[in-house]
Amino acid sequence: MRKFFRKKIHLGVDYEIAFTHISTRKMQTFVAAIAVAIGIAAFIFLNSLVVGFNRSSDESFFKTMPHVRIYIDDELSMPLQKNETNQRTTVIVNPKTTNNSDKLINPEKIVEQLETKDYVLTAAPWLTVNLFYNNGISQLNGSSSGVNIMEANTLFDIKSTMVEGDMNELLSTPNGIILGVGIAENLNVRLNDNISIVSPLGIIKVMKVVGFFKTSNSVVDKTKSYINLSIAQQLMAQGPDYLTDIYIKIKNPSDAPKLISDLEALSGYNAESWQTANESAQASKKTRAVMMGSISFIILIVAAFTIYNIINMTIKQKLHDIAILKAQGFAGKSVVKIFLSEALIIGSLGTIVGMMLGALLINILSKVYIGGDTGYFPIQFEPRIMFLGFLVGLVVTAIAGYIPARSAAKVDPISIFRN
Amino acid sequence: MKTILSVENITKSFYTPIAFKALNDIAFKVQEGEFLCIIGKSGCGKSTMLYILSTMDTDYEGKLYLDNQLLTGLKQDKLARLRNSSIGFVFQFHYLLPEFSCLKNIMIPALKLGKYSREEIEFRAYEKLKLLELEEQALKPASKLSGGQQQRIAIARALINEPKIIMCDEPTGNLDSKNSKIVLDIFKQISKDFNQTIITVTHDNDFAKASDRVIEMQDGKIINHNLIL
Repeated sequence: MRKFFRKKIHLGVDYEIAFTHISTRKMQTFVAAIAVAIGIAAFIFLNSLVVGFNRSSDESFFKTMPHVRIYIDDELSMPLQKNETNQRTTVIVNPKTTNNSDKLINPEKIVEQLETKDYVLTAAPWLTVNLFYNNGISQLNGSSSGVNIMEANTLFDIKSTMVEGDMNELLSTPNGIILGVGIAENLNVRLNDNISIVSPLGIIKVMKVVGFFKTSNSVVDKTKSYINLSIAQQLMAQGPDYLTDIYIKIKNPSDAPKLISDLEALSGYNAESWQTANESAQASKKTRAVMMGSISFIILIVAAFTIYNIINMTIKQKLHDIAILKAQGFAGKSVVKIFLSEALIIGSLGTIVGMMLGALLINILSKVYIGGDTGYFPIQFEPRIMFLGFLVGLVVTAIAGYIPARSAAKVDPISIFRN
Repeated sequence: MKTILSVENITKSFYTPIAFKALNDIAFKVQEGEFLCIIGKSGCGKSTMLYILSTMDTDYEGKLYLDNQLLTGLKQDKLARLRNSSIGFVFQFHYLLPEFSCLKNIMIPALKLGKYSREEIEFRAYEKLKLLELEEQALKPASKLSGGQQQRIAIARALINEPKIIMCDEPTGNLDSKNSKIVLDIFKQISKDFNQTIITVTHDNDFAKASDRVIEMQDGKIINHNLIL
């Protein structure tokens, strides 16, 4: 305590007066600091909640969809000759989707070029085939991804979702298949059983089950499987150069929309970011951010008013002191400094307590088990939000303190002394 | 003798509730080391005069010089610094800061000035307390002292920066005769021993009698520059 006392001495007489005001009204300081603490805790907690939710929804999305997909988009029929003179009207009767092939030309070269970019982590050829799974008389429809399993694993981390069998078996078993657990259950198949798959073109393949995966997304688990790329090409009755998609994983998923034009120029085909492919999730993300943002903002405003009130009250009670200080040569700036630093002392106390309180809430909630796709509550300690909470706490108290402090600086000592 | 304070044709007007001249073309000079009293009936303008001299009121016509420096028209911050270094105040109601000890109250103007180290300021504050025979009260909170003691603390505070001028507004107005005499003796001693100028507004005739010179005011004018009581 004594040491602290000595330390504050070096801060200057303005701060010393502020400290004395604060320490002689501990109860008020405490109440105001608690108000700030609650505000900051709510701010940190709610914003961490939003970040956690968004992350978990992105993660579940990235289990099946790439950051960017290169493909050929359907086109509508266009006039053969463009009308450039404006004197005649071009008429296309009943425009239709053109019968272009969706086959990417020279995909190896595209993949090679894509991988020269440092923002691209993986570019993987991909061929998705719609098919029926048959086992005896039971039949299920779904889709299978024809992939190089190692590349697919870097994209979607298949290894971590495997519940039975070994993902690498697919490399040594050309007609191997990895099934979602839902399919396995519905078809009643076990590891190393054989099932047959039928493509829309009527091509039948007998496959050996080498593993099961579980993503906790029941739609995916009930329809999806992985097979070797060559099998998928055969199911489409195409040769080994047939590919419809290239899936790309990039370093920073949120950059995807900015990179689209670059990727389109590089590949010569259409590119689609995950944000575009998943607009409804993006919209609900924004809704969440606005909702939580406005709630935490309102709580902060209430906290700011508490600070404003207490500083204002202190000033009203200390008009004589302010007058005498001004008479003794304290300039308006010093008076602002005194009351602003009082607000900041209360504010930083409250902010620090609020950060601890927020961290505690996050810690408790992150241990709550929800189950389903989510597992534990998707919230975690976010250093960025903590830092933001700290800044917001100080800025809000500075503003809430500055307004009454400025009015204190304008106190006219003569009008006080005359009464 | 050196002129420390000079007032040239100062006029101060109030416009509310009705327009009238609180001070009308006032002019006088104060010498260094002089113990000056301003007397007059209530409403004669003597307090208004003192507030202008103190530089806290800047809304007037005319010119005010302190130690040959023109103060009229200076910025508020500059005036605040000048008050801090060159003017000491003693008010009718001592106006100490209640949360601070007596010693701290005395030290605050010196800490603001920042001319000496904290240790030296504390030493000087004790010197002033000794001068006013209050050193035992140094560490008590200001609010725990009697009225007379508080007024003496306020005087010590006014002296701490060794100002050229000490201005007092009814310094004995709230004190009994014994304490009034103590305050008066201190003022006499200050002006004699330290050559500091004292300007006091007072109602107290005994107090005025003991001063070097008495200015009498009436209706915003000086009617007597050297009243003999």
